[in-house]
Amino acid sequence: MASAIPVRLEARGLGVQLGSVRALDNIDLAFEGPVRIALLGANGAGKSVLLRTLHGLMKPTQGEIAWSGEAAPPRGQAMVFQRPVLLRRSALSNVEYALDVNGVRGAERAARARDALARVGLAHVALRSARTLSGGEQQRLAIARAWALRPRMLFLDEPTSNLDPPAAAEIERVIGEVHAAGTAIVFSTHHLGLARRAGAEIVFLHRGRVAERTPTDVFFRSPRSPEAASYLQGELP
Amino acid sequence: MWDIAASFRLAFGLITGADPELWRIVSLSLEVSVASALIACAIGLPLGALVAVKPLPGRRALVVAMNALFGLPSVVVGLVVYLLLSRAGPLGSLGILFTPPAIVIAQTLLVLPIVAALARQFVEDAWQEYREQLTSLGVSAVRAVPTLLWDLRYSLLTVVLAGLGRSASEVGAVMIVGGNIDGVTRVMTTAIALKTAEGDLPLALALGIVLLAMVLLLNAAAYAVREWSVKHHG
Repeated sequence: MASAIPVRLEARGLGVQLGSVRALDNIDLAFEGPVRIALLGANGAGKSVLLRTLHGLMKPTQGEIAWSGEAAPPRGQAMVFQRPVLLRRSALSNVEYALDVNGVRGAERAARARDALARVGLAHVALRSARTLSGGEQQRLAIARAWALRPRMLFLDEPTSNLDPPAAAEIERVIGEVHAAGTAIVFSTHHLGLARRAGAEIVFLHRGRVAERTPTDVFFRSPRSPEAASYLQGELP
Repeated sequence: MWDIAASFRLAFGLITGADPELWRIVSLSLEVSVASALIACAIGLPLGALVAVKPLPGRRALVVAMNALFGLPSVVVGLVVYLLLSRAGPLGSLGILFTPPAIVIAQTLLVLPIVAALARQFVEDAWQEYREQLTSLGVSAVRAVPTLLWDLRYSLLTVVLAGLGRSASEVGAVMIVGGNIDGVTRVMTTAIALKTAEGDLPLALALGIVLLAMVLLLNAAAYAVREWSVKHHG
């Protein structure tokens, strides 16, 4: 579903100041192609702020973000929130709304919306009111809504928090499908199992800084940073 | 005490007996109140929502003005509309003073700030929840206005009802611009005021009962719609 042009996102010297708190501090990161990145870190480490800043919802107070070598981000990225807001209308209509906003109209809009719902396993509840779906279904609908926009990179902020294991497993399957379709995935999580299975690389954040970026198997075997090692041992650094 | 009880009996007699004068007044009241509430909602709901979501220049002053107009004295509105529509006024050529359209204009001006201020508050509260998600989808502030109004439609029923209630209960401005002319501009509130002053308590009471019943019915319907919406739309 994603564009054939490989996406490249580069953050250089990224900093975000929230009042007296330095939420992000001098972040240098580059993602190229259909990556699978899991952001790990303790609460307040800056995972959500980083995702929002990369997505363009928050303005960096320092540094810059470049997409595919250009300074201005295209609408080639989408984001799924920890608690997605669904409109008071049917599941299908929620996806169609997102497409309509982005200029997709008529038969193509309906087809893409139904296709996205089918891909996340929600075709059977297409006409159900979105807000009456279960937590897991709502999260899958949010992914379908984002995926229907055919983003080149999808950000997910703690997509499985507050979900029971079967619902979380279903989200994990859907994330895998999105990635298999060629979309780069960057997600934050506290679920180490999800990070291990769905992430090819781990970016570990500590107090707004990147403590390390390591291939997943290496990270869980022998993390390079003492902060990550403490985190994995259950001691919040 | 006997007089009051007898007046109530006569009032119910007027209602159940389909007294033509009573129902003519009720009918005109409904027409002008619903018309003014609809016009005020058509303007006030999007206006309030726009102020809630769009960072307009002078927004704070606008919010203060909207809230201040909430308590606009109705006789002042009546006076202003009277001056505008009177023969020597800038809109005198329309020739609508002491007609139902003049009442609609005055009531709309009274209801509009209420609807706009309440809608702004509702939408601003919701915007805290929706903003990040809608912005993420590429929704502009202007596009967010109809989206939010539609998504909050069941909650905003309260605002519409508040507008309709304010419109239907208005006396001062209606008296000034309508003139309380029998069969032309006499609505329930002005008729109640007049009939009470004249000592015609049965008709005044009958109109009061109908007015109360309408308000109760509308609120019951709104409550039922909200209950249904929670069950079916979450």
